[in-house]
Amino acid sequence: MSTNPQNFAAQLPLLIDPRTPARIGGTRGKMGLAKPPLPVRGSSQGLPKVGLSNICLSYRTQSGERLLALDHINLQVKAGEFLCIVGPSGCGKSTLLHLIAGLHRQTSGEVLIDGKRVQGPGPDRILIFQELGLFPWLTVGDNVAFGMKMRGIGKPEREEKTRSYLRLVHLLQFKDSYTHQLSGGMRQRVALARALAAEPDVLLMDEPFAALDAQTRDLLHDELERIWAETGRTIIFVTHNVREAIRLGDRVALLTFRPGRVKREFAIDLPRPRVLEDVHVAHAAREILGELREEINRSLEVEYHVGLKPHVEVGVEQP
Amino acid sequence: MKRAIRLIVFYAGMLGLWTLLAQLKIWPPYLFPTPWGVGEALYAGFQDHSYWIAIAVSMRRVLIGYAVSVVLGMILGLGVASSTFLEETMGGLLVSLQSLPSICWWPLALLWFGLSQNAILFVVIMGSLLSVTLAMEDGRKQMPKIYGMAGRNLGASGFRLFWHVLLPASLPFIVSGLKQGWAFAWRSLITAEMLYLSLGLGQVLMMGRDLNDMSAVIAVMILIIAIGFVVDGLVFKSMESHLQRRWGLTSST
Repeated sequence: MSTNPQNFAAQLPLLIDPRTPARIGGTRGKMGLAKPPLPVRGSSQGLPKVGLSNICLSYRTQSGERLLALDHINLQVKAGEFLCIVGPSGCGKSTLLHLIAGLHRQTSGEVLIDGKRVQGPGPDRILIFQELGLFPWLTVGDNVAFGMKMRGIGKPEREEKTRSYLRLVHLLQFKDSYTHQLSGGMRQRVALARALAAEPDVLLMDEPFAALDAQTRDLLHDELERIWAETGRTIIFVTHNVREAIRLGDRVALLTFRPGRVKREFAIDLPRPRVLEDVHVAHAAREILGELREEINRSLEVEYHVGLKPHVEVGVEQP
Repeated sequence: MKRAIRLIVFYAGMLGLWTLLAQLKIWPPYLFPTPWGVGEALYAGFQDHSYWIAIAVSMRRVLIGYAVSVVLGMILGLGVASSTFLEETMGGLLVSLQSLPSICWWPLALLWFGLSQNAILFVVIMGSLLSVTLAMEDGRKQMPKIYGMAGRNLGASGFRLFWHVLLPASLPFIVSGLKQGWAFAWRSLITAEMLYLSLGLGQVLMMGRDLNDMSAVIAVMILIIAIGFVVDGLVFKSMESHLQRRWGLTSST
């Protein structure tokens, strides 16, 4: 594969039917961790692991007008796939994760897991909140064991699994600490271990690394990719950072600004492990950013009632 | 260390002033006793076990009454916090009821429960229930919503969600209300005990009045203050500092 930016750019597709995902890259499988790991958890033939069909969500604002937040979202995620969802703030991407987690109800449409309708929260889908929501009154170990305790798993098994998941995120020696004693990156890993320990098929992550410094984030990207490869979970990862999405995702779905619609999907066929600073990642990001920028501009216009010049440089985040 | 010295100086000064006023004999000794007269009354009260019995009886009552208040108050508070209908209707009533001194329930309590322990318990419960309810309601609202969502997300629901998530998550916000509830329970108890032959501290205090023994009255007042102080210091202060350490709200780690 050439590293010459111009050659690489020439490989990128120019016009793509929005219904078929754009392909970025094209060297899948040649290096490292390119394929979704096997065996894949909870895989069942034919059906997508997560299916969103015609999800709409509207709510009434305080002034009484009806606001459409999500507009006919259709997305399918294969078992073991890593899907990233990007969009400007206010596009409803976090809300979408809450709907999949069963914490809120959509106005219409269906969330299907293995073809079965989601009725509420379930142990097959665990959401890692942006604010984490770790329980400060419990130790790190008890936080990780919480999901298992709620499912009535016996103490010896709970203890053993807690240890193994803490080992997976390299935090075993902090088992008896309280969460406020840990750094931001460590807390993030506790949240990851707590979610994994509930042994869900689908892991939903809501901008989990947004508040971290760049070094910690890079490290956690590596760890998440490793854990994904080791455990074979299906991951839906929401972020506003396009490069992060390309760094991690098999596929990137771009949502529009209010109401949130799937504007376009991009298949990321770059070999793993990827590096944020990599020129191919940057190129892929440029293409997606081009489309994202329109949405961000639109959101700025709506929120600040200002017209912006078309070439405002926004959304490019330095890793 | 310096604080201890200041405290000793302050209380020594108070005692000195008291002794001086008593020694000046402006009022007859049975109306204004000396500190050692009060000390003797305290000693005699503990010696003939009457104070021990009074303390045991009063503590038992306040513990039962307070426990009932806490359980009922948490249920009520949680209900009011989680239902807009209850909040609109009962919320205002609860706040306005709080301006009613709990002893105002005494006549009704007497009619409903007769001259019995239950009448006293009723007044104690009415005294502290509102504080606990309002504290719980407030705590439930102040508690970050994320904990409830995280709990449901991890498979908790119903009573388990309340017991393992909502209750511990709201504790830092309700502990001051629980403390206030305790203070109200204790005050209501003493008031109610003063109104009827009941063996408790309140009655021992009234007995001092009936016997014109102001030393005994002041001795029991000191006991009532001391018990309130000890419970506050031992139970609530340690609970607060424990919670603060757990939640990382202080820099003591």
